[in-house]
Amino acid sequence: MGDANLRAELGSPGRRLGTLARHLGVDYSPASSSLMASHNASEIVTPSPTAGSYGGSVFTNVVQAPEDPILGVTVAYNKDPSPVKVNLGVGAYRTEEGKPLVLNVVRRAEQLLVNDPSHVKEYLPITGLADFNKLSAKLIFGADSPAIQENRVTTVQCLSGTGSLRVGGEFLARHHHEHTIYIPQPTWGNHPKVFTLAGLSVKTYHYYDPTTRGLNFKSLLEDLSKAPRGAIVLLHACAHNPTGVDPTLDQWEQIRLLIRSKGLLPFFDSAYQGFASGNLEADAQSIRMFVADGGECLTAQSYAKNMGLYGERVGALSIVCKSADVAVRVESQLKLVIRPMYSNPPIHGASIVATILKDREMYHEWTVELKAMADRIIRMRQQLFDALRTRGTPGDWSHIIKQIGMFTFTGLNREQVTFMTKEYHIYMTSDGRISMAGLSSKTVPHLADAIHAAVTRIK
Amino acid sequence: MASALASVALSTTFARAVPLPENSMVQRIGAEKKHDNPLFKGKAFRRVSMAVSVNVSRFEGVTMAPPDPILGVSEAFRADTNDLKLNLGVGAYRTEELQPYVLNVVKKAEKLMLERGENKEYLPIEGLAAFNKVTAELLFGADNSVIQEGRVATIQGLSGTGSLRLAAAFIHRYFPDAKALISSPTWGNHKNIFNDARVPWSEYRYYDPRTVGLDFDGMVADIKAAPDGSFVLLHGCAHNPTGIDPTPEQWEKIADVIQEKNHIPFFDVAYQGFASGSLDADAYSVRLFVRRGFELLVAQSYSKNLGLYAERIGAINVVCSSSDAGTRVKSQLKRLARPMYSNPPVHGARIVANVVGDPNLFNEWKQEMELMAGRIKNVRQRLYENLSEKDKSGKDWSFVLKQIGMFSYTGLHKAQSDHMTDKWHIYMTKDGRISLAGLSLSKCEYLADAIIDSFHNVD
Repeated sequence: MGDANLRAELGSPGRRLGTLARHLGVDYSPASSSLMASHNASEIVTPSPTAGSYGGSVFTNVVQAPEDPILGVTVAYNKDPSPVKVNLGVGAYRTEEGKPLVLNVVRRAEQLLVNDPSHVKEYLPITGLADFNKLSAKLIFGADSPAIQENRVTTVQCLSGTGSLRVGGEFLARHHHEHTIYIPQPTWGNHPKVFTLAGLSVKTYHYYDPTTRGLNFKSLLEDLSKAPRGAIVLLHACAHNPTGVDPTLDQWEQIRLLIRSKGLLPFFDSAYQGFASGNLEADAQSIRMFVADGGECLTAQSYAKNMGLYGERVGALSIVCKSADVAVRVESQLKLVIRPMYSNPPIHGASIVATILKDREMYHEWTVELKAMADRIIRMRQQLFDALRTRGTPGDWSHIIKQIGMFTFTGLNREQVTFMTKEYHIYMTSDGRISMAGLSSKTVPHLADAIHAAVTRIK
Repeated sequence: MASALASVALSTTFARAVPLPENSMVQRIGAEKKHDNPLFKGKAFRRVSMAVSVNVSRFEGVTMAPPDPILGVSEAFRADTNDLKLNLGVGAYRTEELQPYVLNVVKKAEKLMLERGENKEYLPIEGLAAFNKVTAELLFGADNSVIQEGRVATIQGLSGTGSLRLAAAFIHRYFPDAKALISSPTWGNHKNIFNDARVPWSEYRYYDPRTVGLDFDGMVADIKAAPDGSFVLLHGCAHNPTGIDPTPEQWEKIADVIQEKNHIPFFDVAYQGFASGSLDADAYSVRLFVRRGFELLVAQSYSKNLGLYAERIGAINVVCSSSDAGTRVKSQLKRLARPMYSNPPVHGARIVANVVGDPNLFNEWKQEMELMAGRIKNVRQRLYENLSEKDKSGKDWSFVLKQIGMFSYTGLHKAQSDHMTDKWHIYMTKDGRISLAGLSLSKCEYLADAIIDSFHNVD
């Protein structure tokens, strides 16, 4: 490209080059502004067509962020050419053939929507699809819930579980007098980031006991009893992520009494309703116990797993309030959080959910497909447990069948995980969590071999 | 409500031994000084209420938020039962029959997607790769050097709002001392977005009520007066709410002053293809700045031009001086998206990728877009003719023809806009903006009468 063209491309190089030269401490004189000057090349500032108007970049101080630890597992898995690789990273259901699954009833709902001429793409209200909101509240709290009958619940459609947690967190940071949220140790990796960016201060409470691979109930109660009045407590409604360890109903009752007597505010994360036990009502028991006592709580619901709508980003935030009047005002303030974030939520996933939930036959079909998914995972747990016992793998592996939901907290340490990835091409998060949904009868033996090798060779 | 609680408080005796449930007034007396609760005034009252357990919401102090100034208009319109009512509030395209419009290409794309039986797996945090590719090409031109050199960081966002919000969050984190400059007036939600992202902003002059045109000298002066390194929010085309765009010569001068001040251009492109009917023509301003070598940000939306309002599909593009900077910037944008909603919705992204990526569908889209833009131009023409014929005052109504895009800034102030609603049942935003997309040829005369009446007879 000739000088003249380059000059035309860049506008007025003279002034820019002068600025750049001063910035770099280099001599520059317009007289020698021949862009192709060859003498003392290192001292002549030669612009290239890619130079920004400042010569450098305004983004110089922006460093490369690390891959998200959970989603980054899939990135690494995709890069691996090994034919025996297994992805046990992200919690997305896989069939026995190792394929993603779109529920039959979801496809049917989509057909109905696409063929319905009255189904348009106009902006939803800021709070989302009204039918979807009502049906979601009924699903989680029970159709006969007094809180719903008394109009004390406000439900807003949000972007799956993450979006519901974020909107709820932002609301609390603005309107709740206590800005500390207690999250279980461990918890889903994204929780602390969501709440911190929402404006809350994050603390932890004991949850998992590595020695028993179960619940550290005593410490849990101790920690929560020391929380300041009004502090928010994040609770996994069922199928705790990443441990799979849930409180018993008795333990939930004790947690409830403690939370209520200390005036703490419960915030439920419900990402697995129906997916944990296979039964929608059973998986909502913890939440319903709290709502039954007349107190307030927040609930983030996700349809990513139980309806397989992962990429559609469908969820709901419900806030159960003391009175209908408060619920109305709370809803109006939720809108102020949502509008500057994304204006109004996406329609497609919510329409699918509403279509299914409001039709008796489709709802029934959904419960059947849901149970089938949950049952397959329970079978995988049993198979893996049996396989480890057959191999005589040292250690007590009963937690695999005691834990519930999509994930198992294996108890494997970081080094053992790295070993399993390197030698056996098993992809999982470094905290030892495996997604049972990613296992099949064919891959269980390979996983069992990997665990056996890791446990015997690496301590 | 307060008096009911008061009577309960007074009637409860000391003899009742109830365990204090959460949120009883007793606990709140010490903790909460903020609330001006009439029940707590006076010592005598306090003594009585000490033993009372009355349940009050922890959200009692939450006040009712005002309705959204733009989206609230549609709510009010729906509530109006008058036959003559006309909704010129939100910018959503309507056919001549005033019906919502789903583009034919969109229906075709959705049918294709359903036939292919695509899955609903999580998208990567940055969104659908095929979408990101076509959206950047559409905006900059596929043969643009910034694309060839891999210097654009593109992240799928939740339509325009979500993309703007991600960019604002990025600015807050990496340019904490920087200010955003927004036009006076601008889309109402711009301020909310920067406020919630905690980016300070100030306004530059834009609209000149005397000429009902651009206050160009004021605009340049204000941009010049701002601190170096500010982010200048520019509407790529079809300025919202005024419909007044700079000429190509004016764009060059705006670029000059931005360059001089080392500002960073930040484009909001919500109407590419919708303003003039030509995708390339509407991208002129963005491509000019790119040609001149700026690093810049561009938020895109497919709400209007593909009628995908409720699917929430858009993108944030950051043009950097090197592909390395682009990679780093993209990684940090992902870090902001993950705690907000994890990953974006797939449906709208697939529709765009299918339409833009297929030559036949793409051509069909261009034709449908010309029709939509054409209808609006026709409506502008008719309205102008009606206004000029019916108004005997000699007022110059030609601004209706000169303004471009979906909206017209009538110059009516708040009281006059209210009059339009109260007397004529015409719904619009209080800043005098009307959405021509919601106007039919058959209603132009009625609207002209209303505007003339409000303009001349209301102070």
